[in-house]
Amino acid sequence: MTDTSTDQPKEFFVIEDPHHGDDHEEHHENGTMLGFWIYLMSDCLIFGILFATYAVLGRNYAAGPAPVDLFDIEMILVATFALLFSSITYGFAVLRMEMDDLRGTVLWLIVTGLFGAGFLYLEIEEFKHLWHIGATPMASAFLSSFFILVGTHGLHVLGGSIWLLVLLAQLGQHGLTHENKRRVMCLSLFWHFLDLIWIGVFSLVYLTGVLL
Amino acid sequence: MSDHAKGAGGTFKSYVIGFLLSVVLTLIPFWIVLGDVMDNTAWAVAIIFTLGAAQMLVHIHYFLHVTLKAEEGWQAMSLGLTVLLLVIVLAGSIWVMFNLDANMMPAHEQIERVRNLP
Repeated sequence: MTDTSTDQPKEFFVIEDPHHGDDHEEHHENGTMLGFWIYLMSDCLIFGILFATYAVLGRNYAAGPAPVDLFDIEMILVATFALLFSSITYGFAVLRMEMDDLRGTVLWLIVTGLFGAGFLYLEIEEFKHLWHIGATPMASAFLSSFFILVGTHGLHVLGGSIWLLVLLAQLGQHGLTHENKRRVMCLSLFWHFLDLIWIGVFSLVYLTGVLL
Repeated sequence: MSDHAKGAGGTFKSYVIGFLLSVVLTLIPFWIVLGDVMDNTAWAVAIIFTLGAAQMLVHIHYFLHVTLKAEEGWQAMSLGLTVLLLVIVLAGSIWVMFNLDANMMPAHEQIERVRNLP
């Protein structure tokens, strides 16, 4: 009894340890992807709280400008499509990556980055315009909650764009290695997630704001 | 790398379907606002939010590839928990604060009342 049990624990640990080769990498990768997903969910909670803040404060203009005086819906439509196009081009980059096509991946990622930059340009122009006409965060509770919600989303897009540049450098240096593929998949989740948040922003802030 | 492809779960066709659905679900709400097509604002807002929610589901399915089986269910479960928390926070805040607004008289009305006292 005791003789056999001394051998057993070794086998037990071998079975419990991650398997070798591809299986090991897959376990590791699933851990990373799930961890990144949980980070996105916590980010989602931050945006949820900012949405709640805007929903509560969005009608308090303090005798200042209202959404209908400020927002240019045509411009928001262009920005929305810039983000939507960047989502689908990122999808194409992932598809090229799955075919181990480095050139295609990089090209589609560059197109994605350009659409992202276009979105950021439109948002910066909008903020500059608002600032110029005196619609600053200090003007009313509506504008405070507007700038914190839309600004946080914009900062995320800026962060994603910087990440994209870093990723392009890494792809240029090391090619489609296992680690780089994982990074591309993480940024993919992040990028699509930002587009999802933007749906909430244009529905609640811009379209509903102008209607009411 | 076949594992990777399985993990991503997207094909060219599914990305294009998701994109086209998103385009339609984006254009309709913008058309409602820009074209000024609806007289009833409450209905227009309800349609905008419904289409927005539908587009979020489209993105979750076609772009984020959330499935009940991915990551042994943890992905869907964490999403479910997040949505539950969001519903509590959003619905709770809006409910409480709108009740507060309804029960508190605006300051200028009170000032007017005091001024008009005999």
